[in-house]
Amino acid sequence: MCLAVPGRVLDIEERDGTRMATVDFGGVVKEVCLEYLPDLQVGEYAIVHVGFALQRLDEESAKQTLELFAELGLLQEEFGDPWETAAAEAAGSEPVEEVHNQ
Amino acid sequence: MKYIDEFQDPELARRLLDDIHATVTRPWALMEVCGGQTHSIIRHGIDQLLPDKVELIHGPGCPVCVTPLEVIDKALEIASRPEVIFCSFGDMLRVPGTGRDLFQVRGEGGDVRVVYSPLDALRIAQQNPDREVVFFGIGFETTAPPNAMTVHQARKLGIPNFSMLVSHVRVPPAIEAIMSSPSCRVQGFLAAGHVCSVMGMGEYPELAERFRVPIVVTGFEPLDILEGVRRTVQHLERGEHTVDNAYARAVRAEGNPAARAMLEDVFEVTDRAWRGIGVIPQSGWRLAPKYRGYDAEHRFSVEGIRTQEPAECRSGEVLQGLLKPHECEAFGTLCTPRTPLGATMVSSEGACAAYYLYRRLDTPAAKAQEATPVV
Repeated sequence: MCLAVPGRVLDIEERDGTRMATVDFGGVVKEVCLEYLPDLQVGEYAIVHVGFALQRLDEESAKQTLELFAELGLLQEEFGDPWETAAAEAAGSEPVEEVHNQ
Repeated sequence: MKYIDEFQDPELARRLLDDIHATVTRPWALMEVCGGQTHSIIRHGIDQLLPDKVELIHGPGCPVCVTPLEVIDKALEIASRPEVIFCSFGDMLRVPGTGRDLFQVRGEGGDVRVVYSPLDALRIAQQNPDREVVFFGIGFETTAPPNAMTVHQARKLGIPNFSMLVSHVRVPPAIEAIMSSPSCRVQGFLAAGHVCSVMGMGEYPELAERFRVPIVVTGFEPLDILEGVRRTVQHLERGEHTVDNAYARAVRAEGNPAARAMLEDVFEVTDRAWRGIGVIPQSGWRLAPKYRGYDAEHRFSVEGIRTQEPAECRSGEVLQGLLKPHECEAFGTLCTPRTPLGATMVSSEGACAAYYLYRRLDTPAAKAQEATPVV
């Protein structure tokens, strides 16, 4: 719920009097509201939570985090199809994970 | 991922761990407040890499898990109505209400939609003026500002067919409730990094002082968590009850002032019930009087729904750090992600789900369950 993903601003526009941006999250592109970071510029990175930029982030940190999230499948979790996940859970299938405590 | 060489920077992980091992002289119990941190800790085996003297207690920072059963029942009631398009984040779909969940409501014909952002729900309202669009507004201080902005926009743009079912919660009162419990063992806190990205650190010095605990703002990645633990242990060993920021790349002392101003405008602080825990004073937000017209509870007359929580689910003890998930008799037997008794088993931030998913199956019940072939 509090997962916030770093993204890079591709472009910015005003829509319905609201500052909105197109943001790239390691290949997934989403519409993001910039009202809480109004001075964020094209090319800069921010951490984004449920479609809102909350805090500016430096490029190196952002890239490292995105790389880790991609590796862990967190980007899929954040931007994938939640109905598929819910259906799989309800049907009892689970991802196979390694045993930790042996 | 259980070996240190699988960390993003194994050398740094090793140095942080060595430092923690070298620093610790006596047992310490630390609580990570955030469910996202809990998942990261269990997934990466961080608790197993730490010295035996450092115990991580899992906290109540999973907003899905602490949303009261009766709020879920109100959501199910509203989502079942033919005139309603019910919009939610994906992690609420399988949280059990009384007898069903939103996933089943959709199967029964309810128009339940998952949105990435609350603004998507507002757009759906604009596109469907003949339907009532309701957004399920839950979450901590990280999620509350986006939801606040959405209600603000609905009012500004004059969108009459949008409303929000609000059940927002705040971290500091939860820390206060945990520390005030006679059975509390927590000696230091890893504070939730993204909550502090919004709120800053101003609410914590008073808590650190009053309860004599260090509070270290911590991120979510494995190396962030190790750094948060390292600093907390250092403060404990030195007898310091201070507030420290181990997540400076994303947290500034003042947080995000614009977001905080919007929270002040749209919401007002209220007492809030937490699932499995009970009412914590001043621990939540509801819509402020001037936005009350956007309150779905009022609009759909569901304020009166009252639900008793099931006795067999011990998630309240798990959420308060009094019980580890695998110590619950129902874990892995009666209660699995397929048949969850409580939200902690299905939320992506729930401690029970983390233990189940990453196979902390070190209980007789769980081993028996593991040995049972899946039919």
